[in-house]
Amino acid sequence: MQANQTKIIIVENLVKKFGSFIANDNLTFDVAKGEIFGFLGANGAGKTTAMKILCGLSHPSSGRVTVAGYDIYSQTEKIKRSIGYMSQKFSLYEDLTVYENFRFYGGIYGLSRSMILDQTQRLLSRLGMSDYKDRVIKTLPLGWKQKLAFSVAIIHKPAIVFLDEPTGGVDPVTRRQFWDLIYENAHEGLTVFITTHYMDEAEYCNRLSIMVDGRIKALDTPSALKERFSCNSMQEVFIRLARN
Amino acid sequence: MKAFIKKEIYHIFRDYRSMLILFGMPVVQVLIFGFAITNEIKDAKVTILDQSGDVLSNRFVSKLTASGYFKADRALDHPSQIEPAFREGRVKQVIVIPSGFGADLGLHKQVTIQILGDASDPNTANMLKNYTMAVLNAFQMQEMGMQALPVDVRVEPIMYYNPELKGVYMFVPGTMAIILMLVSAMMTSISIAREKELGTMEVLLVSPLRPWQIIVGKVIPYVALSFVNALLILSLGWFVFGVPIIGHKGFLMLEVLLFIIMSLSLGIFISTVSPTQQVAMLLSMFALMLPTILLSGFIFPIENMPVFLQWISNLMPSKWFIIIVRDVMLKGSGIAYLWKETLIIFGMTIFFIGLSIANFKLRLE
Amino acid sequence: MECRVRSDYNIRLMIRISDVEKHFGDVTALDKVTLSVQRGELFGLIGPDGAGKTTLLRIIASLMIPDAGSTLVAGHDVVKDFAKIRQMVGYMPGRFSLYQDLSVLENITFFASIFKTTLEENYDLIRDIYVQIEPFKHRQAGKLSGGMKQKLALCCALVHRPELLILDEPTTGVDAVSRIEFWDILNRLKAMGITIIVSTPYMDEASLCERIALIQGGHLLSIDTPAAVAASFPHSLFSVKTDNFFLLLTHLREWSATFSAYSFGEYVHFTPTSETITERDIMSFLVEKGHSETHVTKTQPTIEDSFMYLMMKKQNQYAG
Repeated sequence: MQANQTKIIIVENLVKKFGSFIANDNLTFDVAKGEIFGFLGANGAGKTTAMKILCGLSHPSSGRVTVAGYDIYSQTEKIKRSIGYMSQKFSLYEDLTVYENFRFYGGIYGLSRSMILDQTQRLLSRLGMSDYKDRVIKTLPLGWKQKLAFSVAIIHKPAIVFLDEPTGGVDPVTRRQFWDLIYENAHEGLTVFITTHYMDEAEYCNRLSIMVDGRIKALDTPSALKERFSCNSMQEVFIRLARN
Repeated sequence: MKAFIKKEIYHIFRDYRSMLILFGMPVVQVLIFGFAITNEIKDAKVTILDQSGDVLSNRFVSKLTASGYFKADRALDHPSQIEPAFREGRVKQVIVIPSGFGADLGLHKQVTIQILGDASDPNTANMLKNYTMAVLNAFQMQEMGMQALPVDVRVEPIMYYNPELKGVYMFVPGTMAIILMLVSAMMTSISIAREKELGTMEVLLVSPLRPWQIIVGKVIPYVALSFVNALLILSLGWFVFGVPIIGHKGFLMLEVLLFIIMSLSLGIFISTVSPTQQVAMLLSMFALMLPTILLSGFIFPIENMPVFLQWISNLMPSKWFIIIVRDVMLKGSGIAYLWKETLIIFGMTIFFIGLSIANFKLRLE
Repeated sequence: MECRVRSDYNIRLMIRISDVEKHFGDVTALDKVTLSVQRGELFGLIGPDGAGKTTLLRIIASLMIPDAGSTLVAGHDVVKDFAKIRQMVGYMPGRFSLYQDLSVLENITFFASIFKTTLEENYDLIRDIYVQIEPFKHRQAGKLSGGMKQKLALCCALVHRPELLILDEPTTGVDAVSRIEFWDILNRLKAMGITIIVSTPYMDEASLCERIALIQGGHLLSIDTPAAVAASFPHSLFSVKTDNFFLLLTHLREWSATFSAYSFGEYVHFTPTSETITERDIMSFLVEKGHSETHVTKTQPTIEDSFMYLMMKKQNQYAG
């Protein structure tokens, strides 16, 4: 199924060392356009390191990586233009209004005034928050902020969005609304690269990679993984892989 | 309590930045101030225009050149040479000995020695003038015995500050005030604020430790460190720059200790009102360091400030501390002369301790 | 009378909270919270960020004064008798709050000494945890992995053998494996007679507690055993799966017979508006919408189902 789709992230033999410590040991994987790719691993397994490399924030020690068709060594600026990033810690300015935040981030990516306005209207109406355009961020509930942070991350219409534990600490209803948002955008062709500690969320991904001690221990669809390890849930799969 | 102190010492010694501030700063500051001030004088050229050329004026000139305070030579022959010499920047001061110097002096007549200073650098000019006057005074004593002669020295340039000769040594008390303030107040306020920021304060509050135990435990290592620092500054002053300590050394140490405790209570007060290390740092910087440097009389003499600022300078603990240290070190004064200043610092200590106790919170906001 | 009631608390109840309120400016963090925890109980406070968990735990730890209501810990009032409470409570705040620049051993020794005890004295209590971090005892706390930090923080909170252990989100940001190990440890501590109140945003951890309180927006939604909370879900529940997850959710939400449809792993948990709707009805609706590989089965509600139901109910109450 993936074979005839465009590969938007290609990682071949990626190695990242810090001194004698090997954070990423020979990673090889690819992500297809429009895919929701789950990137799981225990604390300290090397997820963050790999994610930083893919975002163009750090160079690998060796290996070949292309993101959105650009080379990770020589074209990091182009990569940064074609990706969006959102982490658990919000990147929104609490004392600015919703629109001011959109305008700021849109401005960073060089969007024109009218385009920022268009995008803001489109993204807010999708969230059902059009009436809140001029509200100051800090007066909004946590779940809304998280959804807004996601929208801000995709204001420049990136090809890929990286989400680093985006749903930590959010109530179960909002968490699901957040995933609805992810699904909607993936449906329109956005590629989603996501890390999470919630194992039920792992099941929502098209494919999953599970990292243990700097290596990818397993990579497949959630159902194939459960079948292969004869487990009933991703939680069990994860524990089995991470424990030994 | 012992464990608390031990923990605090670990914190200090494991953070190379705080170590650098603690021990690097005083050394660097003393050396910078010390060398900057003494070198300015030592390298300054003083030229003498001796219009008299008699035995007495010769003796005066050789005393000037031998003083070692500055490079003095007899290079001018005519008053018209004075201005070009200044303009070329070759000399910083010209001493003009009038003709008939020896003769008039012998007749107990009034003699006018003219000291011309380059006021474009008033600091140096003033110090050079002071040195020259000191040499002149010594010369007078030596030549005429105890009998004071009406030698009238007129000084041409307008000087801005440091009217006392001993001003050269001011950098030791001044640096000491800054360093003790920095180490004691800034470091304690930051270290208490850090516990708040990290959330460890929460755990300490929930423990049976009393607030005063937390504070005393925090403060004791800094008392010790500040004291070591004070000794370091004094010995640097003594060994490297020859700054004397004329007064009673024990008394000086007690005054230093009092000032340390004052600064610590100020630091604790700052920490009770700042939620984060950054706030503590900024507060210490702007509320303590800048006023200490600018208003304590260390760099800008208080008597030349506008009345309003003079008034404010009275609120600077470091102003009183600098007076105490200067007088003890350089004049040899004791408690009989300095009780007022001591009492002021003591009062400030009580005030800040009280304020900190009133402000210290047993709970989170 | 007063005396008798107090001793009664001492015997059975570790925590007694009645009508506690706390406001921060115009934000209500806790709204008339009433709750009690038995001695020896492992009690879970389950809710998302900003629900009021931390505020409630801080009030119990005597770190915060409630605006209204009373809180007794082992019969002592948290406002007046805070000194007594601080002797008997072990508290682990949400953030990793140990001294990062001190080693593992130095941290433990320090926290032992402020309670005037030693590691050796209460070694039996923390041995199980301590042996896991012992290999790193000379490493600075800041250089430990997430799971190790958690264990060290627990050691430090336990070193004075507290009667009540208050843990604020000990497993947040910790991976699934470390979380399971952490809960094993809590169960062992409970077996040693320590009362534990622990907060968590992870619904799946709720089932590991004896009793739980669901908290959201400063309100307690429900207090009961995990099984009873799950069983309190008042509707029938189906788990549904088809070949297209996204369209499945979209179609179910558009359906007039839908009360709620939430994703649960690879399934959608579907609640109909009427109890008369059966598997067959759902199946035929989905086939009509063009789904294939359709699976519909009746399923048991989980705590998360109950939480979402109660949360929406509360919100609708407020909305009108």
